[in-house]
Amino acid sequence: MLALNSRTTKTAFDVASSDAALHRFLHGLPGVDKVGAEQRTAALSTRSIKTTAKAYAIDLAIRMVDLTTLEGADTPGKVKALCAKGRHPDPADPTCPSVAAICVYPSMVPTAAAALKGSGIHLASVATAFPSGQAPMAVKLYDTSAAVDAGADEIDMVINRGAFLAGRYLEVYEEIVAIKEACRSAHLKVILETGELVTYDNVRRASWLAMIAGADFIKTSTGKVTPAATLPVTLIMLEAVRDYVAETSRKVGVKPAGGIRTTKDAIKYLVMVNETVGEGWLDPDWFRFGASTLLNDLLMQRTKLATGHYAGPDYFTLD
Amino acid sequence: MFTYAPAPESRSIVNIKPSYGLFINGSFVDGGSAFKTINPANEEVLAEVAEATKEDVDRAVKAARAAFKTWSKLPGKERAKYLFRIARIIQERSRELAVLESLDNGKPIKESRDVDVPLVAAHFFYYAGWADKLNHAGFGANPRPLGVAGQIIPWNFPLLMLAWKIAPALACGNTVVLKPAETTPLSALLFAEICQQADLPPGVVNIVTGAGATGAALVDHPDVDKVAFTGSTDVGRHIAKAVAGTKKKVTLELGGKAANIIFEDAPIDQAVEGIVNGIFFNQGHVCCAGSRLLVQESIYDTLLESLKRRMGTLRVGDPLDKNTDIGAINSQDQLKRIKALAKIGSEEGAEAWSPPCELPRNGFWFRPTIFTGVSQAHRIAREEIFGPVLSVLTFRTPAEAIEKANNTPYGLSAGIWTEKGSRILDMADKLRAGVVWANTFNKFDPASPFGGYKESGYGREGGRHGLEAYLAV
Repeated sequence: MLALNSRTTKTAFDVASSDAALHRFLHGLPGVDKVGAEQRTAALSTRSIKTTAKAYAIDLAIRMVDLTTLEGADTPGKVKALCAKGRHPDPADPTCPSVAAICVYPSMVPTAAAALKGSGIHLASVATAFPSGQAPMAVKLYDTSAAVDAGADEIDMVINRGAFLAGRYLEVYEEIVAIKEACRSAHLKVILETGELVTYDNVRRASWLAMIAGADFIKTSTGKVTPAATLPVTLIMLEAVRDYVAETSRKVGVKPAGGIRTTKDAIKYLVMVNETVGEGWLDPDWFRFGASTLLNDLLMQRTKLATGHYAGPDYFTLD
Repeated sequence: MFTYAPAPESRSIVNIKPSYGLFINGSFVDGGSAFKTINPANEEVLAEVAEATKEDVDRAVKAARAAFKTWSKLPGKERAKYLFRIARIIQERSRELAVLESLDNGKPIKESRDVDVPLVAAHFFYYAGWADKLNHAGFGANPRPLGVAGQIIPWNFPLLMLAWKIAPALACGNTVVLKPAETTPLSALLFAEICQQADLPPGVVNIVTGAGATGAALVDHPDVDKVAFTGSTDVGRHIAKAVAGTKKKVTLELGGKAANIIFEDAPIDQAVEGIVNGIFFNQGHVCCAGSRLLVQESIYDTLLESLKRRMGTLRVGDPLDKNTDIGAINSQDQLKRIKALAKIGSEEGAEAWSPPCELPRNGFWFRPTIFTGVSQAHRIAREEIFGPVLSVLTFRTPAEAIEKANNTPYGLSAGIWTEKGSRILDMADKLRAGVVWANTFNKFDPASPFGGYKESGYGREGGRHGLEAYLAV
């Protein structure tokens, strides 16, 4: 990676020694040409994934779903139902894999932890005053450790976009470092909220910032801001993790979240992963979909491939 | 492993006849002898096509001359109606045209479907729009057409080059006799059917198939007013000599050896896409291909690594598979030429690299290849290879980049990659190339003129400028 090679000689993390150093490093990353990046994703979207390849992709996508409910109206009943669905997405077909994780608000973590016990499904909790992140640091830290204490093994935090857009990169960096510490052994997914960062240059910089601060995953969106995940934004993030592992030998995962609703969309993402970072990321440990409605479309297409006909929506559980 | 299952486009959509005649005066007529056209991806014979003799060409020119009398007198808006109709039929039959083009040419279906055919329709739409506005094109009041245009097109973009030639000629009120390349005549013959379907008056468009002799007969015909040629610089020279001292006007669009210049502040990932698109699009059978990569030395290693990684994902194979990125070389002859120049490259000390990829057993194939350690003195840096072969050179300063980019007898196109706007403007000013792309490559639009400096030819096609080639101005 050119910027790191030429600008830092010791370790990648020296770049976070001061706000100025961080600024110089992030602004020294190669730029992103918007037209070119969008053209690339449009070209990859024309890949035609059929028959055996489609079957493989659908099962992989199901295994990558972070089945999510993040509503003010969430109740223990709703969360339990979601956990049951995550275990057996298609009760009629025992060969159907379970999802990667269930993603809920911190207050729902105890309920979900009990419901998921023994399933091998990860339990993710959003934290740090999700979705806006506009709360005092102490609140964010408590939010995080409470979720971990209650049994979450993955934390989805939001970055401080206000600080990022104002150029206070060190502040953003230090918040991530502190949250990472509060996570203890839980995996940290850092939500960039790309819909508020707007430019691809910002997305690339925020990706690097999160990675050097210790993110295990970088995630596009909260799902509460439009646009949420898009193909070009995810492409930029995939390129960032690809370059980062080449530079530091530390592999970081990617999670597009929000707005991915159909099998067709999910397959476009998998094709992009395949042709940008390769097979190493075609695994739920390294790539996730943050989604709620996507799962039923995947199940519907899965059944269609197996039986040759579409079953009506009533044959798939609504949870 | 995520292995893409075969996703072939169905070829049953297109009905290829066992044999084709010549399209003269609105109908298909028999020619003398015939030749075969094959699918370069598997060497299967697709059809027999008539070879037009001197007499056949004469019949075609006479038909065009007769049709010119009424066609040129039609009000522009009436000519426009025919062109709009042709454009719409092309869109309606786009899948058929795309499959046929990929079968006869070897190019991947995703390119014929997403690039060639949409651009063909766009060209007819664009020039249809000009037909009744020629008074306002900047060539004075009531600019007159030239008469009969003899047009000879190459095999790399058979249908697109046809559109570039026929659409402006007809919009301006000329009639045409067009000779498609001998290895790719089929889409032009399907276009002839489209002319019939559009009720185009007989003789306005005539298609004569054949090889070099047919082309020579067309160029030499005394009643041709205009010769338009796209192809090799060698043939272009012959044509220029043949028409010297006659009334004929000429436009030539010839070879190229374009520099694709990557500065250290370029958007690297998109630049890599641009390099790949610049040289591997259409198997590198592109006159404006970015066949000389000029990389700023400070980012050479990073860029080469990215480029090689990206080349590793290119999918070479069946042109009709929707996931194919690189199709077949158009002909045995062309394959031999590419192989010969690649051999010379290695012999002269440049280092060849190709990603591992399996090639089909039948047909004509060449792996996407880059040569590193190339200098301006190497033949692969000077001669047009017209295949998927990239020569990589380095530079240190913008001045050196300009010097190397312009140090070629050609001057068709160039590419600049940098995030610095002022540098783009400065470079574009100094590059002696007809088209300069900034942070993109191989982008075409009917509204944009296209043509070369120096041995890349003269005259412009496309845009308002493209009208001039078909008007008596």
